[in-house]
Parts: sequence; C-alpha cells; structure tokens
Amino acid sequence: MLGIIIGVGAVIAMVSIGEGAKQAVQRQIATMGTNVIMIWPSYITIGGVRGAQGGAVTLTVTDALELKKRIPILSETGWLIRSTLQIVNGNRNWNGPVHGVSPSYLTIRDWSFSSGGSFTQTDMDSAARVALLGQTVVENIFEPGEEPVGAIIRIKNVPFRVIGVLSPKGQSVQGSDQDDIVFIPFTTAERKVFGTLFLGSVGGVFASTERTEDLTEAVEQIRQVMRSRHRLQSEQPDDFTIRTQVEIGKVQEGTSQTLTVMLMIIASVSLLVGGIGIMNILLVSVTERTREIGVRMAVGAKRLHILLQFLIEAMTLSVIGGCIGILFGIFAARLTTVIAGWPTIISSDTVVVAFVFSVVVGLFFGLYPANKASRLNPIEALRYE
Amino acid sequence: MPPLILCEDIWKIYRLGDVEVQALRGVNLAIQQGEFVAIMGSSGSGKSTLMNILGCLDQPTKGQYRLNDMEVGHLRPDQLAEIRNRQIGFVFQSFNLIPRTSALENAQLPLFYRGLSLKEQRALASAALQRVGLSGREHHSPTQLSGGQQQRVAIARALVTSPSLLLADEPTGNLDTQSSQEIMGILEGLNRDGMTVILVTHEVDIAAYASREIVIKDGRILSDRTTKGRSQAVGV
Repeated sequence: MLGIIIGVGAVIAMVSIGEGAKQAVQRQIATMGTNVIMIWPSYITIGGVRGAQGGAVTLTVTDALELKKRIPILSETGWLIRSTLQIVNGNRNWNGPVHGVSPSYLTIRDWSFSSGGSFTQTDMDSAARVALLGQTVVENIFEPGEEPVGAIIRIKNVPFRVIGVLSPKGQSVQGSDQDDIVFIPFTTAERKVFGTLFLGSVGGVFASTERTEDLTEAVEQIRQVMRSRHRLQSEQPDDFTIRTQVEIGKVQEGTSQTLTVMLMIIASVSLLVGGIGIMNILLVSVTERTREIGVRMAVGAKRLHILLQFLIEAMTLSVIGGCIGILFGIFAARLTTVIAGWPTIISSDTVVVAFVFSVVVGLFFGLYPANKASRLNPIEALRYE
Repeated sequence: MPPLILCEDIWKIYRLGDVEVQALRGVNLAIQQGEFVAIMGSSGSGKSTLMNILGCLDQPTKGQYRLNDMEVGHLRPDQLAEIRNRQIGFVFQSFNLIPRTSALENAQLPLFYRGLSLKEQRALASAALQRVGLSGREHHSPTQLSGGQQQRVAIARALVTSPSLLLADEPTGNLDTQSSQEIMGILEGLNRDGMTVILVTHEVDIAAYASREIVIKDGRILSDRTTKGRSQAVGV
C-alpha cells in the first residue's frame, strides 16, 4: 500500500508544482502583451566577422511605419530605442533602463497605469520631456507616500516631468525586472537624451495582430516586406530577427511536456509497485485464509461471492492508499510553496484522476488473487493446514 | 414419501497419472428423513469421500445421487453451492469457525450468502445460538470460547438455514469426553426434533448415539444395520 501512497502523492505534488510553474510562466509571457511580434536587428556577418548586436543600422522608424501600412492584419506597430542612464530625484538616484518609445509601443505591450497617463502624439511630435516610471524606479527614487506624477526628475541630467506611473508587471520570461524601467517619447530620446548618431534608427520594432491565428501569416509578411525594404537578395540571410510570444510559449510547452512525460513514468512505476504490493498482500491473505474460504464455500458461497469478497478487499486497500496519497500529495505541494516559494495549483481534475487510478489499480492487481481464491476446491481448502 | 437421500451405484474414481484409485465402488444407500445414521470406517475406507458426495461438496464419477427427490450428482459448482446453502448443514472436526469474528457473525454466515438483511441474519443466528445453549456468548470470538462452545457455534451455523440434513464429520474428534457428550446430546436433541443427522466417525462410542450404523470398507458398504441408540451404547 505504501507504493500507492507514494505514487499517488508524488503525482499530485508534482502535477501541482508543474501546474503552478506553468501558470506562472504563462502569466509572465502574457506580460509581454497580446499577440506580440518582436523584430530585432540581427547580428551582421560581414566577411565572416560577426558585428556586435546593434552595431549596424538595420531597423528604422520608417520600417515600422511601412509595415503598418503594408500589412493590414497588423493592428499596431511601435518602436523603441534603449539605453541605461542615471535617473535622479532630489538627492536620490538610480541607474536604470530608459527606453525611448512610440506611444503605440505601450499599447502593444499592454502597459497600464497606476496613476497618471501615457504621452500623446503631440508629446512625440514636440519631443516633450515627459517620462513614465515603472514601480521599481519609483520605489528607488521616491519616498513612500510621495506622489511621483507631476514631479521633476533628471535623466542624464536633463529635466523631465513625470506624467505617469506604470502598473507592476513583475519578472519577464528572461528573468529581468520589468518594473525597472523609464519610458520617454522616442523623439525626445533620439534628439535630446541619447545622442543618437543616425536619426530614425531604432533598437527594435514591435507589432501586434488582432487575432492569434494571424500571427504566423503576419510574421511571413513582415519578413517579406523587411527583406524587400532592405533590398536583400534571395541568397542573403535576414538582417533582422523576428520573434513571437508563441515561440516562447512553445519552448515552455516543450519543457512542461518533458516534465509531464517524466511524471507519467514515475507515476506508472509507483502505481505498478503499489499494485504488485497489493497483489502480494492479497495472495498471502488468500493462502492464510484457505480454510476460511473452504468453510464459506461449504456453507454456500459461490465462486463469484469469493471473487468479489477479495476484489473488494483489494480495492479497499488501494483506495485507502490513494486517499492517503492524495492528502500526502496536497500536503507536500503546499509545503513546497511555503518552503521554496514556488506556486502550486491543485486541480480537482488531477485529484479525481488519481483517485480513479488507485481504484483501477486495486481492481486490476486484485483480480489474480481473487480469482485464485474463487477457484479453490472446497474439499482441499477445508483440509488445508 | 421418497427417501431424503437415495444413492444408486455411486462410484468415485480418481486418476493420479497412470494409477486409478477407486474411492467408492458401487455404493447403494437410502436414508429417510428423521434418521440418525452413523457411517463408520477406518482411514481410507471411503467414508470421507462418501460424506463429501452426500454433502454436495464433491460429485460421483458414476451413479445417481438424489437429495430431496432431486438429482444432484451432476450439477454445476454454483448449483451445488446453493444446495449446500439451503439444504445441508456441516459440522467439522476442527470446528472451522472464522477467526476474529464473533459467535453471532459466525452463525450468520450461511444467511449472508442467501441475501437476507443484516437484521434478519442476526435474528435467525441468535435463535440458533439459543438452541445450542450459547445465548450469553454471542459476541465472543472463537479464542474466547472453549472447544465445546466453538463446536456449538458450528452447530448453530449448520442449523441457521433450517436445512433438511446435518452432516457431522468426527464432531467430537477435538473434544474432551465431557464436551463430546454435550455435543452428542445436542445432536440427539436435534434429531428428536426431526432433523436428519448423518455422523461420520471411527469411534464406536460416538457411533452408538445413532440408531443406524453403516460400515464402509474399501469403498463398499460392508454392513448396514439398525442399532438401539444411546441408551444401549457401551460406556456412556
């Protein structure tokens, strides 16, 4: 019975941890936005020598605008330019990522605000010095209780007015803190802060589609438009890289599928062990009660009666083991959450399946001993020592 | 009225490899309702084989066995089980009570396979225990009962379905003299009340309680005679 307890318990615990992890990752992926496509300038190989990332001017604002114009299934395109700069508020400072973005970028990435609001096209056109702060930045340069919106901060010594505080997003799939961020209008970044050499060049282009089904098609069309715009010959590789959330999701799925398969193997082995254990217990029981079986037959028990009697005993053992295993598994999962901090989700589906399995194991492994018992010859059974 | 038991030319032959063992060779027997019969014989005489066939635990290789005017010699195992349940009560030498189970539950056992409700089972079992004089000990387990008391529980179990026939295989084999007398007294009493009792024994004193004595030797009936019952038996 111990085998069943451990098997069922382990399955419940691991599935809960797995589900928890999967959901956590899915939530992280969702923080990237909905139906998001990312286009990065790729590494350039010139004569076999790899240039540093971003070392060549391969993506521009015009690229982004053209994509929107030429591909109708894209609902939005946005762009960004990145740097890490000193952010100062009074006597507090913080060195953090500052991104110059188009307003559409914020839409694509599903950024929302806990106070204040986003910047407008007017801000973009006038290269206004307005900034949006992420929670981590706020925590580091403002006192608790201080309202950041309206305050003047300095980014690379350039004064900016805070017009919005972003809602928290937590960790990204890659593991970085998404709330450690400052957004300023792209144009402002370009001209007044970053000191960009080539106006109009961007560090990345983002796009989104209305429907998830359009993603694959959109990626293809983007590739074609970009290749034609960059005048790439058919034998030349892309000078950009396209990534979607879906891919990241697929990697995640792949990992979790491997985990699931592993789990199934462990579970099957434990249940097998448990089942064999039950079969053995029952075989011993049948042998020890041979006389008793003889008596029962003598007073009128039919084969089916004896079969059912022992089958029920087997299933009782396995069900009790299953229930203990379920409780044990739930306890182990909760313990993991407390100790390791990993989220665990216990679904009633898993519990039901585990329970059903323990019943089936009892039935299956009890069948052989129960059948053996029912086929005893009453006369020989009565004579058994 | 037809006899309760009618055996015509019963043979039981076992095949062990090449060897053929003839446990019973052409046994003919008729037992009326209400008789008290003792079947005697030494080991290997075939008396146990005959008893197993009479009790529907085994089937003859050849011949007819009619119980209660019904041919039962060649029925299927499940059908035999039903007949045992309804018409036959067994008492064994080693009691064969189910351990760690109360006297009441032991006596109830045949009724369980009849499908009666627990309440009915308990009532009938209680009555049977009363009949054998064990009213106060219904909840005792076998280890808490003496040999004689255990055998009484076994008799109660045999009675509980109101069978036509009680088969006792060396019922006093594991008992001391006094308990033996008590048990035989109970069987006598049951016979007086109309129960047909067939006793298998190799002890002359015990066989003397019966009013008919059948001796078996080498698979055949050697003698079959009426005796005068206990009052004339030796040493009682």
